[in-house]
Amino acid sequence: MAKPDYLHFFIDPNRCIGCQACVQACTECETHRGESMIHLEYVDRAHSVQTVPVVCMHCEQPTCAEVCPADAIKRTGDGVVQSARKPRCIACGNCVIACPFGVPELYEDRQIMMKCDMCYDRSSVGKKPMCAAVCPSQALFFGTREQIEQLRPMSTPVNRFQFGRQTISTRVFMMMPRELAARRPYVDVTAAMDDRPRERAIVLTQVGADDPFADVKV
Amino acid sequence: MATIPADDLRIIERFGPHSSTMTGARLSTSAEPERLVKTHCCFCGQQCGVQLKVRDNEVIGFEPWEEFPFNRGMLCPKGVKRYLQGAHPDRLTTAVRRDPASAHGFSPLAYDDAIAKVASEIARIQATYGTSAMGVLSGASLTTEKTYLMGKFARVCLRTPFIDYNGRLCMVSAGAANKKAFGIDRTTNPWSDMVGTEVIWVAGSNVAECSPITTNYVWQAREQGARIIVQDPRITPVARTCDLYLPVKPGRDAALFAGVLHLMIEHDWLDHEFIDTFTVGFDEIASYCRQWTPAKTAEVSGVPERSIRQAAEWWGTARTSFLFHARGIEHHSNGVQNALGTINLVLATGRIGKPKSGYGTITGQANGQGGREHGQKCDQLPGWRDIVNPEHRQYIAGIWGIDEKDLPGPGVDAYELFRKIDTGEIKGLLSICFNPKVSLPDSAFITRCLEKLEFYVAIDFFLNDTAWHADVVLPGSLQEEDEGTVTQVEGRVIKINKAIDCPGDARQDWRIIQDLARALGRGHGFTFTEPREIFDELRRASKGGVADYSGITYEKIERQMGVFWPCYSEDPETGRVVDHAGTPRLFERGSYNPVAKGKGPFYFPDGKARFNVAEYRPPVDDADGEYPLFLTTGRVVSHFLSGTQTRRIGPLVNQYPEPRIEMHPRLAGKLGIRDGEWATAETRRGAITLRAMVVTTIRPDTIFIPYHWPREKSPNRLTIAAQDPISKIPQYKVCGCRVRKAAGEPAYAATLEPQQ
Repeated sequence: MAKPDYLHFFIDPNRCIGCQACVQACTECETHRGESMIHLEYVDRAHSVQTVPVVCMHCEQPTCAEVCPADAIKRTGDGVVQSARKPRCIACGNCVIACPFGVPELYEDRQIMMKCDMCYDRSSVGKKPMCAAVCPSQALFFGTREQIEQLRPMSTPVNRFQFGRQTISTRVFMMMPRELAARRPYVDVTAAMDDRPRERAIVLTQVGADDPFADVKV
Repeated sequence: MATIPADDLRIIERFGPHSSTMTGARLSTSAEPERLVKTHCCFCGQQCGVQLKVRDNEVIGFEPWEEFPFNRGMLCPKGVKRYLQGAHPDRLTTAVRRDPASAHGFSPLAYDDAIAKVASEIARIQATYGTSAMGVLSGASLTTEKTYLMGKFARVCLRTPFIDYNGRLCMVSAGAANKKAFGIDRTTNPWSDMVGTEVIWVAGSNVAECSPITTNYVWQAREQGARIIVQDPRITPVARTCDLYLPVKPGRDAALFAGVLHLMIEHDWLDHEFIDTFTVGFDEIASYCRQWTPAKTAEVSGVPERSIRQAAEWWGTARTSFLFHARGIEHHSNGVQNALGTINLVLATGRIGKPKSGYGTITGQANGQGGREHGQKCDQLPGWRDIVNPEHRQYIAGIWGIDEKDLPGPGVDAYELFRKIDTGEIKGLLSICFNPKVSLPDSAFITRCLEKLEFYVAIDFFLNDTAWHADVVLPGSLQEEDEGTVTQVEGRVIKINKAIDCPGDARQDWRIIQDLARALGRGHGFTFTEPREIFDELRRASKGGVADYSGITYEKIERQMGVFWPCYSEDPETGRVVDHAGTPRLFERGSYNPVAKGKGPFYFPDGKARFNVAEYRPPVDDADGEYPLFLTTGRVVSHFLSGTQTRRIGPLVNQYPEPRIEMHPRLAGKLGIRDGEWATAETRRGAITLRAMVVTTIRPDTIFIPYHWPREKSPNRLTIAAQDPISKIPQYKVCGCRVRKAAGEPAYAATLEPQQ
């Protein structure tokens, strides 16, 4: 069985409400045995409620697999990068350091790396991964290109990411505002991390940017 | 005797809350279920469809139910982990009685003995002090069948007027405003109408945390071009990316609405034809709004004038719109006025009763809608009938087979009921689905009242914090152990299906109530053998009322995946028996309803909606020199209400273990408090010490504390029992407060787990 090639995973952090339904549901997937393979991060809670669900981007050429000295990380023919194979993984943490998206996590107690496998037991039979099935804001969406185009006319799916000189193409798509994607159909992550706003390729939309409480006296 | 029988820690040791994690069959996520039961989540008013995995009479997990149209498989973390409330070490599997001599304050009691003891105590109290010396507190997380039975039990069996319910802290401001403006109390449109609308105004609703599934509707509307306006003292997750954020000062909502309407009138952004044809009272509100100039509105509401103008323009000039509100504007001593303020904005534009244009109020509890319709409110009889209306009384007395003269009159609201305990008028209390010690304001007063009771019986599945005061606790049922209907946020009546049997001596709540009625020697009318029979009587009792359920059957609910009330068995216009599908959208032009009888779409004899002057009044116990900050309270996404269930579910506890005091860095800096440090919040009623959470996403003059925790961690030690004069809702969302850095960690930090 393989994930049907007409079904894709889309992420839109603009929609994320930080509820953690994805993380909680991930533990319920049959092969995850009560562990969550994904995580959810506040970008900067002191200043914003912006959160980002961190699921595996399932790279075409996975850096995690390339740096793995034990060849424990396999990419299946349908493009899903699997979690580390238990008999092979030596828990060295190379993948954790190397992944540009910060996806893999090392479980020291069990001496293994575990990460999102797109709920392979579900997605390989055409079912939605648990996180995307439950996500109440549909920041995580699993479906066809036609569905996403019809449902999200304001944004464009992008799957190319620039980290310095490294270009990464992924099986998972990030939704980007349409006009931005028309100008530059990839996410320049290095530029986005630059704190000079003019250089930023992505802007985290938020109301708090111009302090709505400026006039409030304490 | 209703003092707490043992030390807190002794009670907690035996009865919890303990934080439960996956164990046994539930740890093995690959265990094959014997069956999947299509039902709904036990928590909030969204009532998401979910399939529970059942094995060996235990709920071991869930599968998304993608066919159910409202949530299509989506769930929040509570819905995902709800199944862990079952097979819980804290579960009451026997009745227990107060026993100060025992190690943990309570000892088990055989079920029949417990029923006999409760009946004899109720009989003693009523014989000594009169039937009205018994009070009943019920709740809106119960199925509609149970809420109907509770109302009937209080009036017919106990013959007391004193029943009320925890919707008093939830939906009553919205309900009262709807009644005054529309003559009917229900969200006007299905949520699917939101997608395709031009403007959505979210007034005082932390949608992302309190009704997460609604978020996708809002975002979907935005994808279709809708502008989102959010009015809140905090930048909540839906406010983060909204098009216009209105940072209203707590308790000033009515001023903001009046100011917006003022601008709409000034710019003539009004639907005159609609106002003339379908409403009355516009001139009075126009006259009231005249004083609310943009400058004055900005000064009072704390919202910048340019934002008020922008809101008025967007709202005023839209062709379609949706406005919804929740506790943020309703939990006020001015709650009904606030809700009426929003309704005036809707009616002035005529954008109601149409596709893509509507108004809604977000229900809090599972049955926040159905639970307020069929007679557990102090002034109400089934079918949204009025307990002082002679015709209504006659009709219900007929259904119940009693003389109308024996039907008690109106009682008092839940808080007033406690005041009657305080004054000694009420001596005995029966409660179900209500944890007032955590959920009512000024909990020191509630505790004092509980200690004065001669006899208190609670029905619950866990020993909730209020039940610590009980003489007897009867072991009730979890939602998944019974069947029945609830009415969710859109007014859609849906079916809760039974997944498993009650463990041990625990009983379905309606059986417990009937056992009590029989033991009291008043079993007539309490001989139902299944929820379907209760529902059939409820259908007859509601027939001809505004909340008419007569055409709804369990089969129709299953076939249609829900039925929107009113749903008639006989067409109100022709009197012919019909197979009515229900009413997804209210107030459509040309629609017929049994009150207006064709004169118009609204539920008044003339068919017209009412504008009501929505007057701004400052909050009671407002911020002042001594208590200069505003305290506001609310919820977090991983917990529900008083936490009786969610504080026992490990993954939800871990997600948000303990309450924190949210404050702005400018305030924190002035007070010398850093993120994560202990801080003490104090009002005229009490003080609590919690860790600070320093964030720029809240007004600098306001602090926020979530209310799901008991005792030393409860902000309801601080809140004020000021109530709206019409709805009697307490003013949870604002009171004067001050904060200081705590000397050190509070004593409880060393002895209590986070959820306790």
